[in-house]
Amino acid sequence: MESVSSPLRCFGECHTAEKYTDDGVETVTSVEQRKVERSIQEVVSVYKQIHSLPQPTLLRDQHYQYLKKGLRHLSDAYECLDASRPWLCYWILHSLELLEEPVPTAIASDVCKFLAQCQSPTGGFAGGPCQAAHLAPTYAAVNALCIIGTQEAYNIIDRYYSIIDRYYSIIDRYYSIIDRYYSIIDRYYSIIDRYYSIIDRYYSIIDRYYNIIDREKLLSFLFSVKQPDGSFVMHIGGEVDVRSTYCAASVASLTNIMTPTLFQDTPTWIVSCQNWEGGLGGVPGLEAHGGYTFCGMAALVILGKEHMLDLKSLLRWVASRQMRYEGGFQGRCNKLVDGCYSFWQAGLLPLLHRALFKGGDSTLSLQKWMFEQQALQEYILLCCQNPAGGLLDKPGKSRDFYHTCYCLSGLSVAQHFGNMDLHHELIVGREENRLAPSHPVYNICPEKVAQAIQHFHQLPVPVPAQKEVSSACNTTADHS
Amino acid sequence: MSAITQTSDLTNKAALIPLATERPAYYRMSGIEETSNVSSEFQEERSEVEVEEEIGYEDPFRYVFYRDRKEWADLEPVPQDDGPNPVVKIAYSDKFTDVYDYFRALLKNDEKSDRALLLTAEAIELNAANYTVWHYRRVLLQALEKDLREEMRYITAIIEDQPKNYQVWHHRRMVVEWLNDPSEELEFIAEILSQDAKNYHAWQHRQWVIKEYKLWDSELEYVEQLLEEDVRNNSAWNQRHYIISHTTGYSDPAILNREVQYSLKQIKKAPHNESVWNYLKGILQDLGLSSHPGLLEQILELKETHCSPYLLGFLVDIYEDFLENTLEHHEEVLSKALELCELLAREKDTIRREYWSYVGRSLQTKYVIVSSGFAPTNE
Repeated sequence: MESVSSPLRCFGECHTAEKYTDDGVETVTSVEQRKVERSIQEVVSVYKQIHSLPQPTLLRDQHYQYLKKGLRHLSDAYECLDASRPWLCYWILHSLELLEEPVPTAIASDVCKFLAQCQSPTGGFAGGPCQAAHLAPTYAAVNALCIIGTQEAYNIIDRYYSIIDRYYSIIDRYYSIIDRYYSIIDRYYSIIDRYYSIIDRYYSIIDRYYNIIDREKLLSFLFSVKQPDGSFVMHIGGEVDVRSTYCAASVASLTNIMTPTLFQDTPTWIVSCQNWEGGLGGVPGLEAHGGYTFCGMAALVILGKEHMLDLKSLLRWVASRQMRYEGGFQGRCNKLVDGCYSFWQAGLLPLLHRALFKGGDSTLSLQKWMFEQQALQEYILLCCQNPAGGLLDKPGKSRDFYHTCYCLSGLSVAQHFGNMDLHHELIVGREENRLAPSHPVYNICPEKVAQAIQHFHQLPVPVPAQKEVSSACNTTADHS
Repeated sequence: MSAITQTSDLTNKAALIPLATERPAYYRMSGIEETSNVSSEFQEERSEVEVEEEIGYEDPFRYVFYRDRKEWADLEPVPQDDGPNPVVKIAYSDKFTDVYDYFRALLKNDEKSDRALLLTAEAIELNAANYTVWHYRRVLLQALEKDLREEMRYITAIIEDQPKNYQVWHHRRMVVEWLNDPSEELEFIAEILSQDAKNYHAWQHRQWVIKEYKLWDSELEYVEQLLEEDVRNNSAWNQRHYIISHTTGYSDPAILNREVQYSLKQIKKAPHNESVWNYLKGILQDLGLSSHPGLLEQILELKETHCSPYLLGFLVDIYEDFLENTLEHHEEVLSKALELCELLAREKDTIRREYWSYVGRSLQTKYVIVSSGFAPTNE
C-alpha cells in the first residue's frame, strides 16, 4: 500500500503551468474555465497557508452527522426531490457504507418499510408512495435494499458465532476430563443449539429485506418499458435514454430475473450511442457525456457485451476528461469540472481495465488505473468538502446528497486498484481517509453484491406472460 | 433621549415591521441547504383565514388551500403514506402538502376534469420533476380534448423557467407530436441555447425535431453561427457531425476535405481547443488518419507554431494508423510514436501519464515484433 504524505500534486511548481491556454481567443467556454481555475487556485493557496504539512483530511465526523440527519429528515429545500426519495435512501446509505459507518437496526428496518411503500402494485419502484413506477428509483431502491439487507443481520450472526465459538472451547476443556463432565458437555451443546436457531431466525431476516422486492412484478415492469429497438423508456409514457438500460440491467441481474428476451437488441442499441468522440451520448447522435457513458458501459458489462464497443476510443475519450489543473473530471469536452464525475468518469476506468484484460491485453498496469488517482483525490479532499459535512460539485456550490454519494464513490475508486485477488491502495492524506472499496458496476460494496446475487440465484427466474415476451423482441429475431 | 421618547421611537419602529402572520403561509428562504435551527414548535402558526377574520377584510388575491375551497369540498384529500417511521422525510410546506393530498385524491378517483388539469399545473409548479403528475396531465389533455396550442404556450413558459429538467422537454415533445407541428421548435430551442449553448436536453430535443420532421436544411448554418460565437462549444461540434452524417455523409471527398480544411482553420485560430482536434480525428478515423494525403506534413508544420498536447496526441494517432496500414518505415514510425508517448507522459500531458505509458507499451508490444521480422502478435 502506497501512503502519500509526499508532496501534493497541486502544490508542485509545475501545477500553475497546467492552467488553461486560451490562445488569446476568449469565448464563454474559456472564460468560465478560467473562473473555475481561479477559485481552485484560491482554495489551494488558502490550504497552503493554513497547513504547513499537507495532510488532506476527509471530514468523516461531519459527513456522518450530515448523512445521519438526512436519512431521517430533510428540509423543504428537498421538495424538488419528492419524486426521487429512493435515490435519497441510496445516496445516503451508500455514503455511509463507504465511510464504514453502520446503519442502526431501527433505521434499516424503517428504510425497508418505506421502500416497500414506494413499490408499485404493478411492479418496480416509484419516486415516492402512490407515484408511478420509474426505472431510476427502481435502481436506487434495489441497491438500497442490498446495502442494508445484509448488514444488520450479518452483524448479529457474527456476534452469535463468536458466542458459539466460546462454548466450543469450554467443551474442549471438559473433554479432557470426559467422564465426570458428560452432563456439563450436554448442557453446553443445548446452549449451542439455541444459538443456532437464533442464527436461523436472522437468516430469515435477511430474506425479509430481499423479499420486499416482488420479482414477478418487477419483471413485468421491465417488459412494460422495453421498446422494440432494444431501448427502455424510464417509465410508462416517459423518455428513452441509455440510463434506463443500466437501471434495468442492474436490477435484473441482482435479483435474478433475466430472461433470454428481456435484453434482446439492447446491446446493439447501447453501442449505437457511442459517437465520433469515443464516449456515449444519452441517445444515438448526442454529445458524449460521462453519466450516460458510465450507464452504457456498465450495462454492457452486465450483459457480457462490452466488447461490442470501440474500447480504445472510449478509453481515449474518458482519459481526456480529467482536468489537468483541477485534477477532477469534466462531464463533456470543454465543460467544467464537477465532483460527481469523480465517479461517472473515473469509474469507467476499472470497467475498461477489466474489459481490456478479458480481451487479452497484457500491457495493462498491475498497480494503477489509467487516470491520475492522486490528483483526483486531491481535488475531492481540498475542493469538494463542505466543512459542516457533505460534499459538492466545486468550490462555491452547495452540498447535497447526490454529490456526497458520488464524490465519495469517486474517492473510493481513486484509492483502490484491482479486485479481491490483486489489490493495491493509494491513500492521499491521512490513513483515516481510506474508504471501503465499491463495486465498479453497481456502486455498492462488493460483498453486498455477492450476497444479493447468491441469495437471488437460489430462487427461480420468474416466468413472464407470453404477451410480454413477444412484445419485447423483434419478430424477426431468433430466440437464442 | 428621555425614557418616554425612547419608548415611542420603538413603537414607531415596531409598526414598520410587518406581522409574521401577514407573510404568505408558504414563504421560505431560498437556498437548497437551509438548515433551519428554529423548531416549528416555537413558531406561531395561525392560518391566514384566522388572521383575516381578525383584521376584518378579505384580500381577493390571497392563496386559498384546496382544503378550504368550496368547489373541492366533494373530494376527500389523501395524505401521503410514508409508513410508520418515515425515512428521508421532507419537511413539506403546507401548500405542498395540501396540493399533493388533493392530487393523490384525483389519482385515486381517476378524475378527468378541468379542475384536475388546473391542479396538475399547481403540482408541477411545486415540483416540476414529478413525472407522475406530468403523465396525468397528458392523460387529461387528451381526455378533455384541450387546446394544445395553449399547452404549447404553457410548456414554453415552464421550460424557459426550468430548462434543465427532463420532464418538461419530454412533455413538449409529446405536444409537438400530437399537433404534428414542429414550426416553433427550432426558434424556441435556439432561444434556450442562447441562454446556455450547451443545454443537453435542448440539443436532444433539437436533434429529435430535425430528424423527425426533416428540418436539416438550415442547421449547418446555425451550427456555424454558434461556432463563430464560441469555437469551443463541443455541443455545436457534435451537431455539426450529426448534420453532415445524416445528410451528405463524409464519404464524398469534397465534403471530407471541406471539413478537414474548416477544422485546420479553427485549429490555427485557437490551437488549444480540444473539440476541434477531436472532430478532426473523428471524421478521419474510419478512412484512416494516415490515408489523408498531406495531413501528416500539415500537422508537423503546425507543430512548430501551434503546438499543443492535442496536436502531439493527434500525431501519435497518425503514426499508429501508419503502423496499422503499411509496413514501410515501421521502425522509424514506431520510434517516433513511442517518443511522443514518452514526451506526453513525462512532460506535456502528465495528468494522463498512466494512459500515455499504456499506449506506448501497447504499441511496443503490438509492433516491435513485426518490425524485427516476426509475425505480428494477436491483439
